[in-house]
Amino acid sequence: MISEAIVTYSNASDMLIYGAMAAYAVALIAFSIDLARLADRSSGNNRKLAGVGQAVTWVGFLMHGVAVLLRGLAVSRVPWANMYEFAITATLIAVAVYLGLQVLRDMRVLGAPVTGIVLLILGAAVTLFYVDPRDLVPALQNYWLIIHVSIATISVGVLTVAFLISVLQLIVDKHDRVRAAEDKGAASTQGASAAATDASGAATLASDSTVSAEAVSATATTGVETISSAQAGTDAAPAKGKRTWQRILKHVGTPQQLEGAAFRLNAIGFVLWTFTLIAGAIWAEEAWGRFWGWDPKEVWTFIIWVVYAAYLHARATRGWAGARAAWFAIIGYACIIFNYTIVNVFFNSIHAYSGIG
Amino acid sequence: MSESSTPRLPRLGVRGWLRWVWRQLTSMRVALMLLLALAIAALPGSVLPQRPQDPGEVVRYLEENPTWGEILDRLGFFDVFSSVWFSAIYLLLFISLIGCILPRTKVHFKALRMQPPKPPRRFDRFRARQKFEVAAQPQEVATVANRILGRKYRSYVVEEESAWAVSGERGYLRETGNLLFHLALLGVLVAMAASHLLTYRGQALVLEGRGFANSVVDYDTFEAGPWVDTEELSPFSFVLERFESEFTADAEARDFEATVSVTHPDGAVETQSIRVNHPMNLGGTKVFLSGNGYAPNVTVRNAEGEVAFSGSVPFLPQDEVYTSPGVIKVPDMGGEEQIGLAGSFLPTAELRTEGARSIHPQPHAPLLVLTLWAGDLGLDSGIPQNVYELDARNMVQISQDGEPMESGAVPSTITAELGEVVEMPGEYGTIEFNGVDRFVALDVRHDPAIFWVLITSLAAFLGLIGSLFTPRRRVWLRATRTDDGRTLVEVAGLTRHEDMGLEPEIMQVITELKAQLSQDRDGDEK
Ligand code: HEM
Repeated sequence: MISEAIVTYSNASDMLIYGAMAAYAVALIAFSIDLARLADRSSGNNRKLAGVGQAVTWVGFLMHGVAVLLRGLAVSRVPWANMYEFAITATLIAVAVYLGLQVLRDMRVLGAPVTGIVLLILGAAVTLFYVDPRDLVPALQNYWLIIHVSIATISVGVLTVAFLISVLQLIVDKHDRVRAAEDKGAASTQGASAAATDASGAATLASDSTVSAEAVSATATTGVETISSAQAGTDAAPAKGKRTWQRILKHVGTPQQLEGAAFRLNAIGFVLWTFTLIAGAIWAEEAWGRFWGWDPKEVWTFIIWVVYAAYLHARATRGWAGARAAWFAIIGYACIIFNYTIVNVFFNSIHAYSGIG
Repeated sequence: MSESSTPRLPRLGVRGWLRWVWRQLTSMRVALMLLLALAIAALPGSVLPQRPQDPGEVVRYLEENPTWGEILDRLGFFDVFSSVWFSAIYLLLFISLIGCILPRTKVHFKALRMQPPKPPRRFDRFRARQKFEVAAQPQEVATVANRILGRKYRSYVVEEESAWAVSGERGYLRETGNLLFHLALLGVLVAMAASHLLTYRGQALVLEGRGFANSVVDYDTFEAGPWVDTEELSPFSFVLERFESEFTADAEARDFEATVSVTHPDGAVETQSIRVNHPMNLGGTKVFLSGNGYAPNVTVRNAEGEVAFSGSVPFLPQDEVYTSPGVIKVPDMGGEEQIGLAGSFLPTAELRTEGARSIHPQPHAPLLVLTLWAGDLGLDSGIPQNVYELDARNMVQISQDGEPMESGAVPSTITAELGEVVEMPGEYGTIEFNGVDRFVALDVRHDPAIFWVLITSLAAFLGLIGSLFTPRRRVWLRATRTDDGRTLVEVAGLTRHEDMGLEPEIMQVITELKAQLSQDRDGDEK
């Protein structure tokens, strides 16, 4: 019972997805050349191509948004009931988060990774996960589905960008450590001492309040990171490759700034994931008469939740804050991808509604 | 060895040692390790088949991997979430949580009643700081600043030796939320344990027009938690009036609806509907529609033409076109021998040379395809039997010529369309296919603790939001008289490194402070 209007909407939606992918591909190229230029020029301040990338990303985003809308019209429901729809919606959210971040801070260095990962996921979606629009089987006809899956989709979109920032954080951090080791002794005393005083200030906030002793040292550790990034700012005569990196990284920010940005997004993503979990349990209760049954999909939802909880803990644990904690966020994201691909397709789950196979 | 050279270590004693273990267990690092362990321990639960979810799959796995399977089974890998090691991890985690949260709750309660600490003597070690001069007196500056800060901060004015200062702190909700979150997690665990103890659930298959009463005997399967009084189930009952299903042309399910008339424990009667995702709720007991199928209504007559059996027999659908295997058991054919008719019900049958198959789940062209068995059905053996399967141990299949099967013979095949009377081979009589009734499979569940699972989860969620999104900030201000009679105002603030809002907030306080001070001045001059 597929009417003509549905076919028209769905075809237009598919076309627009391809259009958006083309735009993201162009943006990816522009952003990449921009990064290469940042690395190349000592002035490095001509970011015209980043501007081009940004504009094209906006064009892609608008097409992408209309494509999701049309898909929804084609099926007369929210467009995230199977893997294909989930992918196009989650990537839309990721691009939205990326574009929104620019309001707070120039994060255009993220342009290449964001358009890259979005292209990758959309590519997989159109080639591997595509299904024709169709109605829902009775088990999926529930408003908790709408709530559960839409929040999950937004959460994944947000965590995607958080993941990319965490990766950047690790790269910058690694680079800084190497530099700090090389420049030992040549450190700018001013930068280091400024950071050190700030760290002790942070310790004051923690120590005479209710935060545990560990939190004190955790904040102090972040202070230590400031020292290393301050050291990185003082330039000796690094090898050429390193100089390249450094020029790019100058536009990225310090590991702490990145940590802060990644944390904010991860925290939002975690809260949304917590809600996803609760809404999923309510849905399972109504659909199957049990709110939690350790089905593979539920096991993975739980694992992801615990890994991100561990990430938040690690941030407050002595010796784990900073780079080590970032690894938890990265593992958490890897679990999300695993859950979305492998578990959906290969595991024998009653949540199997991928619509493929 | 002399007494005096004994090492002092044992003096630590059991107590000291216990204290050491406790301190380790309640440290953040161990909590982190336990969280990681929990995530890793859950993994096999998604990879290996699990007994509570899919016992058949576990049996198959054990057959395919006898050696490994056995070892894994011993270690509890086929029921991960009730295994000793999984339980040990989460119990330790929650003990750690209690040990961590209780002292923090106490400290936090105290902090809530105390004033924020005095302003530090020097502000220059803070990154967020501002300095400016105003004409107003230091005391006035401090009073006004205290009023402005006081809207969001817990703040107070301090008179210092040669200056007036203000100290303010906000974001107590952060710690409150964090504590609420962790305590609520504990609540979730307790509520889930209560749910396990107090829940009962059962399955029942109900034919259209038939009734169901909520007592253990009316269930096909029934499980109850240790604390359930199975004699005291809520005494409701209902009759299945009607069942309707809707499918697309290509056999995708669209809608199922069962209409029942319910008799409540107090005697009130009302009509309700049960749909997938929309269970019927009878005073806290939920009735879910978990499946449905067809029960062909047949009449079996013996060779003398006497009715030996008449009724509807549920056949359980096994695929999306409702190919439904089943058995019609006839214990009393008038003689010693009993018969069983085993086969399938096909709602929309399509006949082909290689046999019949169903092509749609709706009963557009129903067909019964059966084969005849004779002998002892084993109904009186006292061993519980599966009503949907034939126990063939004491039976023989009958061939197309009405004789017990021998090699080379053709097994009997009886196909009956709706309304048809068909002769059974040999002298066994006839079977008449009178009609098709529908049945529903219902899951009934009573879980008095589920409300608390929900409430504690939501509390954890709210606590989490408070904890993660409340900025925790301190702001100090000091106003000092300068040599030229003006007032030097210094402001400093402190927060966590990921909080970007501190400096804008300080700037806003300063702007407001300046505006109010100049306003006051204008007022004074008039
Ligand atoms: C059931 C296990 C646990 C889970 C799932 C869990 C989860 C979390 C999450 C998600 C956060 C971040 C959100 C917030 O600040 O409220 C957090 C923070 C925190 N947890 Fe836990 N936790 C658990 C057990 C523990 C234990 C055993 C301890 C003590 C050793 C602990 C101490 C803390 C502390 C101190 C923070 C604050 C960290 C900060 O200031 O950023 N938690 N926990």
